[in-house]
Amino acid sequence: MKIAGNRVSYTLDSTLESVNRAEQTAENMAARAGFSEDDCHRISMAVREAAVNAVLHGNAYDPRKKVRVAFENTGEALVITIADEGPGLCEKDVPNPLAPENLLKQSGRGIFLIRSFMDDVKFRTLEPGTEITLIKHVPGNSAGHTEEAK
Amino acid sequence: MTMKASTRQVDGVTVVDLSGRITLGEGSVVLRDTVRDLISHGDKRILLNLGDVTYIDSSGIGELVSAFTTVRNQGGELKLLKLTKKVHDLLQITKLYTVFDVRDDEAQAIASFKK
Repeated sequence: MKIAGNRVSYTLDSTLESVNRAEQTAENMAARAGFSEDDCHRISMAVREAAVNAVLHGNAYDPRKKVRVAFENTGEALVITIADEGPGLCEKDVPNPLAPENLLKQSGRGIFLIRSFMDDVKFRTLEPGTEITLIKHVPGNSAGHTEEAK
Repeated sequence: MTMKASTRQVDGVTVVDLSGRITLGEGSVVLRDTVRDLISHGDKRILLNLGDVTYIDSSGIGELVSAFTTVRNQGGELKLLKLTKKVHDLLQITKLYTVFDVRDDEAQAIASFKK
């Protein structure tokens, strides 16, 4: 674990234990940032889903591949990045889980839930791998809602 | 908290009392194995009591959907009982709330199964 200012980062193995650790850290960071209990749940679940994607779909549990997770409270937002070393994800190829033909599929809801729970979600292609950035604006901070304030 | 599942028979319906987390890994596997075991024994009227389920992720949702379709394809019925607010919200967001038959009262849920 590395701590620099308000930033905490980890390099984790491609295991379910790492998923649980990322989820728990997100819950703690969100609570410290002042999010409500419901938002803490949403943030930690979004992080869990992103970590599952990294461990399962990205690195495919490969013990040689790592997952890098970073949490930063900028004061305006909680910013979380999760990166894997997998073959890469084409976000546009992910089917809509709400489409009638996909509604009863067993998988494919992770990214949809991440987008539902966070304010902003960005994907970046690495070589190799995928990095996802999850952003949730800190409550009571108007910096993330300047358009609304105007 | 790991997931636990126990079953009981009420008026011809198998009630599965679940507690803990239904997530990728052990929780999802326990649910899958429990439903498969019931179906293999001919129990096709299943009520999943989620009242003590504290957390469910997308893998857990997928497992619920899989259980629902598996039982339905066998000519049976699978219903959900006592959703927590978090699970309720999750099923709303994913548009699955109207797919499942969700009940709050166990006696009424039991009575709603086809005889």
